[in-house]
Amino acid sequence: MSDKVLYVMYDDDEVLKNSAKKLVAKGVKIAEVFSPFPIHGIDSIIGVKNTRLGIMAFLYGLTGLTLATIGMRFLMITDWPMNIGGKPNFSYLENMLAFVPISFEFTVMCAAHGMAITYLLRNKTLPGMPAQNPDPRTTDDKFVMEIRLSDNQNISEADLDGMLQEIGFFELDKKEIK
Amino acid sequence: MQKEAAIREPLVLGHKTYHDVTQDVCRPIEDKAPKMWYILFGIALVIGLYGVGSIMYLLGTGVGVWGLNKTIGWAWDITNFVWWVGIGHAGTLISAVLLLFRQKWRMAINRSAEAMTIFAVFMAGTFPLIHMGRLWVGYWVMPIPNQFGSLWVNFNSPLLWDVFAISTYLSVSLVFWYIGLIPDFATIRDRAKKPLAKKMYSILSFGWSGRAKHWNRFELVSLVLAGLATPLVFSVHSIVSFDFATSVVPGWHTTIFPPYFVAGAVFSGFAMVQTLLLIMRKAMGLEAYIHTKHVEYMNIVIMVTGSIVGTAYITELFISWYSGVEYESYAFINRATGPYWWAYWSMMTCNVISPQLMWIRRLRRSLLFTFFISIVVNIGMWFERYVIIVTSIHRDYIPAAWSMHFPSHIDIAVYIGTIGLFFVFFLLFARFFPVLALNEIKTILKGSGQSYKESPDYHKHH
Repeated sequence: MSDKVLYVMYDDDEVLKNSAKKLVAKGVKIAEVFSPFPIHGIDSIIGVKNTRLGIMAFLYGLTGLTLATIGMRFLMITDWPMNIGGKPNFSYLENMLAFVPISFEFTVMCAAHGMAITYLLRNKTLPGMPAQNPDPRTTDDKFVMEIRLSDNQNISEADLDGMLQEIGFFELDKKEIK
Repeated sequence: MQKEAAIREPLVLGHKTYHDVTQDVCRPIEDKAPKMWYILFGIALVIGLYGVGSIMYLLGTGVGVWGLNKTIGWAWDITNFVWWVGIGHAGTLISAVLLLFRQKWRMAINRSAEAMTIFAVFMAGTFPLIHMGRLWVGYWVMPIPNQFGSLWVNFNSPLLWDVFAISTYLSVSLVFWYIGLIPDFATIRDRAKKPLAKKMYSILSFGWSGRAKHWNRFELVSLVLAGLATPLVFSVHSIVSFDFATSVVPGWHTTIFPPYFVAGAVFSGFAMVQTLLLIMRKAMGLEAYIHTKHVEYMNIVIMVTGSIVGTAYITELFISWYSGVEYESYAFINRATGPYWWAYWSMMTCNVISPQLMWIRRLRRSLLFTFFISIVVNIGMWFERYVIIVTSIHRDYIPAAWSMHFPSHIDIAVYIGTIGLFFVFFLLFARFFPVLALNEIKTILKGSGQSYKESPDYHKHH
């Protein structure tokens, strides 16, 4: 099914935010916003849910801590209990203090890398991926709203044009996509 | 958008628009490199290669080529290691701790400070590796299953903690830095005209497109990474200090080492940031973004951490006497009045007296003076490590074993070589990477840009 996409460009983040607010109030669904930097407050206007990457970071951290604990317990207590200066490693608990630094470091390492990798995969931003922004200026000083006609079945294209003319914009670009 | 008090000095000077920010940061990358860049790069490369050659010679011959002897088994190698790790503390502190404290001025300096951090930690990592003597078995520091009767590394040892701390710190800093770089690479990609540059920056920018959802994730990832990196910064130098603090050598087994080392690391790291940025802002025409106010803020950090370091020196001295242990007090008396008195007093002058001058407003806002002090502090911090390491072991319990350390020319060449390599990396960074977090700067333009501040109703006419 072919679809028509409107790219509405603005030259200021505040102006885009106000226009988005007005459009959403009129029942227009905005599919996406492209901007050179994070526009604070845009997420709730266009209905972008908060990311759950923080929870993932916590889970990765927990994994790291578990792995470090299991690993050090096996290596230092079970497999080869070292006797250093007449102080043998009898149990994990007795030697816990010596294991704190590495437990911490490994937790942080797993949390940070796990989260970063998930972030890149979820964004689909990986080395060599093609750029997806509609206009190269959106990484400089322009801000673009993407409105899909298929998302707005109950509003005709002419109505939408009228609304946009009334609200104002910097540039308007329409594109057919298959 | 966050409003800021009108009396605060704007963080971005001049009447900059979003586009100006992009232009100012991208211009040095897109233009031809100035002649001075090639000259500096050439010098750094020659020094760096001399260092690499010396390391090859060291690896081929053995650690005996260093000026170590049976009493002083650790000297320049570990001094340089700790010095570089210390320098490597400012970057992540600036980008992580200052992010948590919502210090907007970090945005102008975090990128280059983090780059500096990463390169400094590379240099630091070199020393423990070559100090093993047999670099090719360096992987033995990892707990890898093996054929030696399942012999594992010693998890009770601070040296192994160091392996984990440094590798975590390096890799997490690298990730933090790169995640911030991706949107800025995308800006350069979208401006690039030459096909090769376009291709390269396209690969580097991972196809970033600046969607609202991506920015939402970006901000959270930055915040969580900052939260993770903050305790990491403090843990790394604490663990480096455990290398000494858990030993039984008088002068080393000091319980105040962890906080004292961390403060010292931040102190020296900020000094190095000042040294580099004061030159970089001039050379790359970034005076509007990194100006006197930024320098002043950093000088205040130097002053505070310098005072912590000074307090630690004096506490250490007092406790050595108060402990009533004669060996302990001898270690410190020997430092100040023994054959290494010159190193001790250089350390005291550079690290205790010089940062106190920053109380004077005119001095901490003077760029020339700041540059001078930043060099002094870096020299002082090298001496601090030298004093701690060498003076504590050069006179032990048996006077017959007393000795002095004289660096061999390989000692000096490896050290100078790492400085050369560091500048090779930093100059490459300044040439090809966006040295300012340009997209982050745009977020503070309205809150803290000069033109927006001077006319509070500026954006109402839109």
